[in-house]
Amino acid sequence: MKVGFFVREALRSVNRNAVPSFAAIASVVVTVLVLGVFIPVVQATTGAANEVRGRVLVDVFLKTNAKDADVERVRRLLVDKTPHVGKVQYVSKQEAYQEEKRRNPEAYQLLGSNPLPDTFRVTPDKPGNALKLRDELSPVTASGARTAIDPAIGTVKNRKDETTKILTATRVVKLAMGSLAILLIVASLLLISNTIRLSLFSRRREVEVMKLVGATDWFIRWPFVIEGVVLGTLGGGLAIALLLVGKLALLDPLASDFALIAAPRTVSFVSLAALLLVASVVVSALGSGLSLRRFLKV
Amino acid sequence: MAITEREAQHLERTRALPGERVPDVIEFRGVSKRYDSGDTGLEQATFSIKRGEFVFLVGQTGSGKSTIMRLLIKELDPTAGIIRVAGRDLRDINSRKVPYYRRNLGVVFQDFKLLPNRTVHDNVAYALQVTGGGRKDIRAKVPDILRLTGLSTKLHNFPDQLSGGEQQRVSVARAFVNHPPLLLADEPTGNLDPETSIGIMQLLYRINRTGTTVVVATHDDQMVDRMRRRVIELSGGRVVRDEHQGRYAGRGDETTAEFGALMRGEPAPAPRRLTEPGDLFDDAFQDES
Repeated sequence: MKVGFFVREALRSVNRNAVPSFAAIASVVVTVLVLGVFIPVVQATTGAANEVRGRVLVDVFLKTNAKDADVERVRRLLVDKTPHVGKVQYVSKQEAYQEEKRRNPEAYQLLGSNPLPDTFRVTPDKPGNALKLRDELSPVTASGARTAIDPAIGTVKNRKDETTKILTATRVVKLAMGSLAILLIVASLLLISNTIRLSLFSRRREVEVMKLVGATDWFIRWPFVIEGVVLGTLGGGLAIALLLVGKLALLDPLASDFALIAAPRTVSFVSLAALLLVASVVVSALGSGLSLRRFLKV
Repeated sequence: MAITEREAQHLERTRALPGERVPDVIEFRGVSKRYDSGDTGLEQATFSIKRGEFVFLVGQTGSGKSTIMRLLIKELDPTAGIIRVAGRDLRDINSRKVPYYRRNLGVVFQDFKLLPNRTVHDNVAYALQVTGGGRKDIRAKVPDILRLTGLSTKLHNFPDQLSGGEQQRVSVARAFVNHPPLLLADEPTGNLDPETSIGIMQLLYRINRTGTTVVVATHDDQMVDRMRRRVIELSGGRVVRDEHQGRYAGRGDETTAEFGALMRGEPAPAPRRLTEPGDLFDDAFQDES
């Protein structure tokens, strides 16, 4: 009975305050649309950045005369005794030769014999630790030159310039995306709460009268909260419908052509839609419930 | 059960206890109110109002009438002194209980304070809904009270479609629909022309006749002087005059028509006695035209 009363009150005020209700719905639509587009973009970008960072490697070249026992010893050294090691991949002379030959057949035709050493491709546990790992494997000695920690290791390389470039570039991208996302969320919250506050402000006299007649705070508040839920659902639903149309009409045809769009780590549309809908309902319900507090002090 | 019968019974009950000590409906003891701005709202005000009285608070603007009203609905708290309503100290009512306390008061304001988005019927019904009154309750009480206030034909109008007098009637109806023991009216006729004002005052008088204590704040002392009711005059926040009985002592049993005539300053029509107290209402109703 009481729930029915509150719902009827909420619907009545949506009906009677068409213009403020429309403004609230519009602001919810706009923010949900922007977030709905932006969340996958941020995800795809940071996903791509992480993938690039994942390609940072340290190559450990053994001496060409290394025996099988040496290879085994170095592998154990890398896996068990060295810090910052993530993954170790072993590429034998023959494998390396096959690979290179396939890539550049003429040059290797001329060569005849196999000049390549056995190689360990070591992925650091975190991309940022690549340089430390290198220092670990071939520390800088007093003379300034590098010496490997094992006699079987020829050289340790990690294409230093490239690594630093990749690391700084991806860090900038991630930071920029993160701060943009925060800015957008703050802006959406402000937009929605301001719209709600304006519509409440135009009704503050009504709230005052209700208080004077002897209504308790929650008796006044519930219809406003339910109204927020209704407006949030309408706005969120509309925005999600628009997003769906956009996805089907624009994005899906392009997905096969652009790696970024097809990046596998973005959320599925269903969970994104659910998240946005819940967020818009909660934000507008809380917004109208909390903004009301000020006018309840009569 | 119609309002008239119910109220008549209530009247009988209250009259049946002549010797018993009933607590005063309103008691102010040395009440002062100083606003944050430094203005004095009320200074050492002491008075009490008995059950069933019809009392005018008069004074110029800024004399403290509205402060008394706002203290009584607990919109403000006094800086000093004790206020008791029906024997209950208002300091004991915390902010959570204020809504429940206010349901025992009917309040009428100069600017009507109606809900603009609701019809006449819904405005009055809201006062019942607030107290948890269901549809049955509303169907039983609202049409009755609207008939009493002469608004039966305006049921589905919105406040902005009514004249000032009609709007004030709606607000009186809303104030009285719960049958509160105390009705406060802050300048109820301030925005109305003299003839409409008399209609509103008659309505308040009629409500007073059912046993409800009525306190009316007004600056129209000419009208008050003609009415021979108790008058509490305020000036600069102090009670400067409290004419209890004496020349203001009304007989308290005029019909509404006589009351109206008094207010117009006409000679009172020949007194008629009524046999049944319950008829008071129907009688009152007729002189609506």
